[in-house]
Amino acid sequence: MNSIMPLLSQSARLPLRFSCRIRHFHIQQKKLAVELTRIRYPNLKRGPYANVCDADISNFEKLLPGHGRVITDVNELDGFNTDWLKTCRGSSQVVLRPKTTEEVSALLCYCNDRRLAVVPQGGNTGLVGGSVPVFDEVIISTQLMNNIISLDEVSGILVCQAGCILANLDSYLKDHKFTMPLDLGAKGSCHIGGNLATNAGGVRLLRYGSLHGTILGLEVVQASGVVVDCLSSLRKDNTGYDLKQLFIGSEGTLGIITKAAILCPQKPNAVNVAFLGCDSFNRVLDVFQKSKHMLGEILSAFEFMDAASMDVIQKNLKMHNPIADFPFYILIETSGSNGNHDEEKLNKFLETMLSTQLVNDGTVATDMSKIEAVWSVRERMAEGLMHDGYCYKYDVSLPLLKFYSLVEDMRRHLGSRVTRVVGYGHVGDGNLHLNITTPAYSHEIMDLIEPYIYDWVARHHGSISAEHGLGFKKKQFIYHSKTKSAVKLMQAIKKLMDPNGILNPYKTIPDAS
Amino acid sequence: MSALRVLVGCKRVIDYAVRVRVKPDKTGVFTDGVKHSMNPFDEIAMEEAIRMKEKKLASEIIVVSCGPIQCQETLRTALAMGGDRAIHVQVDGKEYEGLQPFHVSKILAKIAQEEKVDLLILGKQAIDDDCNQTGQMTAAILDWPQATFASKVEIDNGSLKVLREIDGGLENIKVKLPAVVTTDLRLNEPRYATLPNIMKAKKKPLTTKKPSDYAVDISPRQEVLSVEDPPVREAGQKVESVEQLVQKLRDAGLIVS
Repeated sequence: MNSIMPLLSQSARLPLRFSCRIRHFHIQQKKLAVELTRIRYPNLKRGPYANVCDADISNFEKLLPGHGRVITDVNELDGFNTDWLKTCRGSSQVVLRPKTTEEVSALLCYCNDRRLAVVPQGGNTGLVGGSVPVFDEVIISTQLMNNIISLDEVSGILVCQAGCILANLDSYLKDHKFTMPLDLGAKGSCHIGGNLATNAGGVRLLRYGSLHGTILGLEVVQASGVVVDCLSSLRKDNTGYDLKQLFIGSEGTLGIITKAAILCPQKPNAVNVAFLGCDSFNRVLDVFQKSKHMLGEILSAFEFMDAASMDVIQKNLKMHNPIADFPFYILIETSGSNGNHDEEKLNKFLETMLSTQLVNDGTVATDMSKIEAVWSVRERMAEGLMHDGYCYKYDVSLPLLKFYSLVEDMRRHLGSRVTRVVGYGHVGDGNLHLNITTPAYSHEIMDLIEPYIYDWVARHHGSISAEHGLGFKKKQFIYHSKTKSAVKLMQAIKKLMDPNGILNPYKTIPDAS
Repeated sequence: MSALRVLVGCKRVIDYAVRVRVKPDKTGVFTDGVKHSMNPFDEIAMEEAIRMKEKKLASEIIVVSCGPIQCQETLRTALAMGGDRAIHVQVDGKEYEGLQPFHVSKILAKIAQEEKVDLLILGKQAIDDDCNQTGQMTAAILDWPQATFASKVEIDNGSLKVLREIDGGLENIKVKLPAVVTTDLRLNEPRYATLPNIMKAKKKPLTTKKPSDYAVDISPRQEVLSVEDPPVREAGQKVESVEQLVQKLRDAGLIVS
């Protein structure tokens, strides 16, 4: 151990312990083939689209000259056809990888003329089957559209291409003392274009608000190939309809986002994380209320996990619970400009929580490595659940008082037929992640869960999809959260913007009948 | 043998997750406004001491840190983990920049003698200067045995059985107490300080001292000539065929015809 080399390797080994916050998306690339979506859902009908033929491939190759831009190799296609959760698999025969807006435009123009269905794809980290083909749709990937175009250091406005990976943008901004207004577990793989198309939420929404507020402009290519330039980088711009909002959360059904202008907040100088244990969910709510009161402007995240979630982290990922065992855990993050002020507030808050016994135990992380380690307990949940086999994933908004009752009710409803029912999520946003796992996909279990869960949510005036979107898996349940007239207007907009319905078919909204 | 009095060194270093930046004048790295934390190997030392105390093998854990006033935060963290009391040897500004393992070992040796400790546990190295000298030098000054790069420590009737990580694998040694142990990464996994203990730590005794209190002269023995960034890694190249690869290797003089 006295030579120089081992010293280097020791330092390199450190991160093993402080395992990082980035969700590892490629761990599960096992040989096990996922059942094709069209077989798992036998009632699906392929739309009246053309089939991709050899002439199409050679035309695509003309539109995208150079190596590796038109992928037809079966082995390579597999990753693009299968979603991260391993629950959906399409049978597309071609992936297109444009680099510029003009190329996206040319491709869509061609596909629209040929009536070829298209699925836009970013990092393919979506959780509702929205980013993979259902049948044989052509995949247009934003992988090569990863240029940062500009950063205005005064206003903090970042302009970039749609294929930039969220974590890369954040680390670029870090050097300029800014940060991305959104943060989520998939940050190491997901593309900003996909985040926008799905109106991703994540753990910073509590602080910086939804993307509808932080996105200042978008450049979008319509189904016809027409480029719509709404790439304004102004805080205020009340000229006509705010078209960009339509594309945020449209899940690639109205156009392909190619560029975005994002208003980025200052990187906070001081970040602290507290991880707390609570006896009941009501206490979690009390702590939330108190935290808003006592931490106010510095509160940047308020997450909760139940004991079943912690079990996943410990058993499936072999990670340690930072504190003793409790029925509920809370993760509170504060971000501010003055470390001493923040720490004082946080300490006062924690002392109050302990003395009033709302919180039984906990720990505070101020070191960056510890902060990352504590966050990873929460952020690697999705990955941990995958180890059980199949994961039925639900993401609902509920009034806080009813928030955890759904988890308890589902546990009673499903009993021992499932491996586990876990609840975690963003208490601060009223957003619950309910996950149910079984060793393999089962139709019977699915029938027990749906529409039971959606009826439950609708009965309590919640939303059946808080941040994951509807995608392929949930579109037929849209009426649980939206009125007929609203859906009808959506269908009219879709018809207007994509008359041939080539963009991401079978997803988000039901077909007009 | 009665329970041991343990002294643990806790250095305040730039947090390992921070991207370190070299000052333009090459005299050192930027530290102002940069997140600092306890040296990870010292955390492991701390954890080992606490485990000994939990097993009633140690009676008291004294934690010590040499450096600016902010070291007291590091010491509070150590107290929150389970230390009993802290000694802060305050060294500021220019003097701190010149503080080297040699000085720190002299200070630690003095404290060890004054406090009549039986065991000194230190990190094998600090992640800022990567010196890996303090433990060894302290042992030399005290004329105590040393067990460095420990990945397992057992107390055995007045002596220590230590498993050491060495280049070729693992080495079992036995040293007599009092002794100096330096920790390697696999010795243990440090705990998180719990809230009640964090609160309690605020009330635990912390004494502030100066190097002169220990009659240690901290004038630098070494001069830092320059601090530089590691060379930037060059981008790789893609080749289309094996022939091209061989040609490239040949051109670079890495293989002979």
